[in-house]
Amino acid sequence: MSAIITVENISKAYLIGMKAEVPDTLMSAATKWIKSPLRNFRNLRRMNTFDHDGETEDIIWAVKDVSFEVQQGEAVGIIGRNGAGKSTILKILSRITEPTGGRAVIRGRISSLLEVGTGFHPDLTGRENIYMNGTILGMTKREIDRKFDEIVDFSGVEKFLDTPIKRYSSGMQVRLAFSVAAHLEPEILIIDEVLAVGDAEFQKKCLGKMEDVASHGRTVLFVSHQLGAIQRLCTRSIVMREGHRSFDGITTEAIDLYLSSHSQTKDINGWTSLISVPRRGSGEAKFVGYQCTPVGCPDVHHLYSDEPVEINLLLRSEATREVASLGVTFYDRVGTKLVNADTVSLGKSLRLRQGENAISVRIEKLHLNPGNYNIGFWLANGLHTFDHIEIGGTVEVIDRETRGLGRRPVGDGTVTCSFSVIELTNQMQDPGLPTADKESSHACVLPSRQEAQ
Amino acid sequence: MTEQQTAASSTSYMHKALDRPEPTSQGSIPVTVIEPRSGWRLIDWKELHEYRDLFRFLVWREIRVRYAQSAVGIGWAVIQPVCSMLVFTIIFGRLANISSDGVPYAVFNLSALVLWTYFSNALIDGVNCLIGNANMLSKIYFPRMLMPMSAVAARLVDFCIGLVILAVLMAWYRIVPTWYTILLPLLVVVMVLTASGLSMWLSALAVQYRDVKHAMNFVVQLLMYAAPVVYPASLIPERYQLLYALNPMVGVIEGFRSALLGTRAMPWDFLAVGAASALAIACLGMLYFRRRERLFADVA
Repeated sequence: MSAIITVENISKAYLIGMKAEVPDTLMSAATKWIKSPLRNFRNLRRMNTFDHDGETEDIIWAVKDVSFEVQQGEAVGIIGRNGAGKSTILKILSRITEPTGGRAVIRGRISSLLEVGTGFHPDLTGRENIYMNGTILGMTKREIDRKFDEIVDFSGVEKFLDTPIKRYSSGMQVRLAFSVAAHLEPEILIIDEVLAVGDAEFQKKCLGKMEDVASHGRTVLFVSHQLGAIQRLCTRSIVMREGHRSFDGITTEAIDLYLSSHSQTKDINGWTSLISVPRRGSGEAKFVGYQCTPVGCPDVHHLYSDEPVEINLLLRSEATREVASLGVTFYDRVGTKLVNADTVSLGKSLRLRQGENAISVRIEKLHLNPGNYNIGFWLANGLHTFDHIEIGGTVEVIDRETRGLGRRPVGDGTVTCSFSVIELTNQMQDPGLPTADKESSHACVLPSRQEAQ
Repeated sequence: MTEQQTAASSTSYMHKALDRPEPTSQGSIPVTVIEPRSGWRLIDWKELHEYRDLFRFLVWREIRVRYAQSAVGIGWAVIQPVCSMLVFTIIFGRLANISSDGVPYAVFNLSALVLWTYFSNALIDGVNCLIGNANMLSKIYFPRMLMPMSAVAARLVDFCIGLVILAVLMAWYRIVPTWYTILLPLLVVVMVLTASGLSMWLSALAVQYRDVKHAMNFVVQLLMYAAPVVYPASLIPERYQLLYALNPMVGVIEGFRSALLGTRAMPWDFLAVGAASALAIACLGMLYFRRRERLFADVA
């Protein structure tokens, strides 16, 4: 079974603007000005990177010698830093731009979603823009007619359908744009970062729709910075780095590789300095650095959900002292305290020597869902605070692998819990409760889940 | 096929549908090959046909948006030629006393102006269409030729309204059109071909060299004097008349006037030269456009 997309040594070069020489004499300034049309013309000509092959200074290879294959029905993610060449590959596969070198073969029809709302014109009404955008994305008029009501329903802008979209809020515009895109029925779907729009509820809907598309046996090529989304949708991922394909394999490994090469600047040995972070407290003893890794993986700088975590701390104390309370806290991005590991609850006090101290805090299971969290530190003796750092750094928590056979629903909440479903016999079924669906057909007591936000 | 084969322009000529989906033995799954192409490429009519829905929407969008939020709306399509006609009638008709081939100068001028307004507006829209739609060019795939084509097609609506005004003026002066009026569609085709060809060539250049856009704004005004809009073709000395007719608009305008107003005998020689010229401009323009297409997303 031949691959549905075959990419062989694709390369793409772009011209970048080089710093112009600043003339330092009046004569040279005058000649520069007179000769400028010729020079400008030459520069404009060079924008056509197809006609010259050079490795000159002002040519940048956005993509260089990238090869991979995608089979029918695969959902492949492409991740990488900004400027790694992910969008360029998608543009080449969508035939928007021609490669400078290499070759790609595509068997089937591609639908590309490189931007939501392409072709939207502010003066046209919502209804007209649905047709415009749908046609641009490749749907026929008949198809749009057929799906019109669904599209309007998904977007939630029914009341405003006949108003020019320049009157819509930006959220409404994005919802309308995405709902048109979500009703594409492509054989091969290429998506570039379009899920990074809209509010949380809408993102949930979008991700759900994408999963729908991916699960119907369609081939999907997905570029995103939201690693959680990549993890849910894609079984296989490619990591791009400075125009080269640096990894191609299982998504979790790809994410590990990407994150470890892309982590925040660390001191030698992987410690993060806490010397110059904003803090409160007397300072008689303070945190100097920290290191936060999953147990057993000292080189990994992100954490796994529901797994043991080791936080190594470096403290400096001016004198020997006993400290009643040393705490490590995880906050969400908004500043809500989520997890607090404080020695005061263990009932033991810590003895600090004068000078440097190394302490390790081990959290048996980090009950946090995948996401980005802030880590903070606390050192005190009753009411006297030695050091209180609210944001020492950020930590990314990811899933080590998809649990069991199922997939986690979107918008899970911040805190995990372990749960199971109990089967009860029919006799105990209470007719007052809503009937369950086929999967848990005999359970009438649905498991309770704690969701903390 | 290897890259050497495809680089040779003769082979790419034969395999003209190199990047067009075509049915294979696997049961009509369209296979698309993407690779750098060089050389001249023919027009992919099949693809243009596939995208006809998009073409219709682009034309409709142009028209709809042009007069959005305007009180007079499509009335502006009338005001432009009528005002020009009034000014030219006063200056060239009365003051300079240019001959108008036996009919009142106003009608003489308006008949040419309706055509010329279409041509100049279509040309300017065509040249700017790629620059103005740069975001569409960089985000979706569609046959790029649809853009200048839709710009040229959208102005036909204004042209039709202009014809209505011309009919009103002719009725006022009690001029009856001759039987040659059935040739009108042919003249319009020649005009549209010229506008398309020039738009394609110039828009492809303008995307990379914006100077073209700036130049067009005033060159188009000057070009009006290269066509018999304010003066009759008979003003041109005999020996230069055929050279003059190389401008397709000469044949179109004089033919139009001859058919509608009966100013002179049908200028078949002008029409023949003009039609050939229009065809050449259209073909060369389209081929040049196809050749430069691959750059658009990169330089727009």
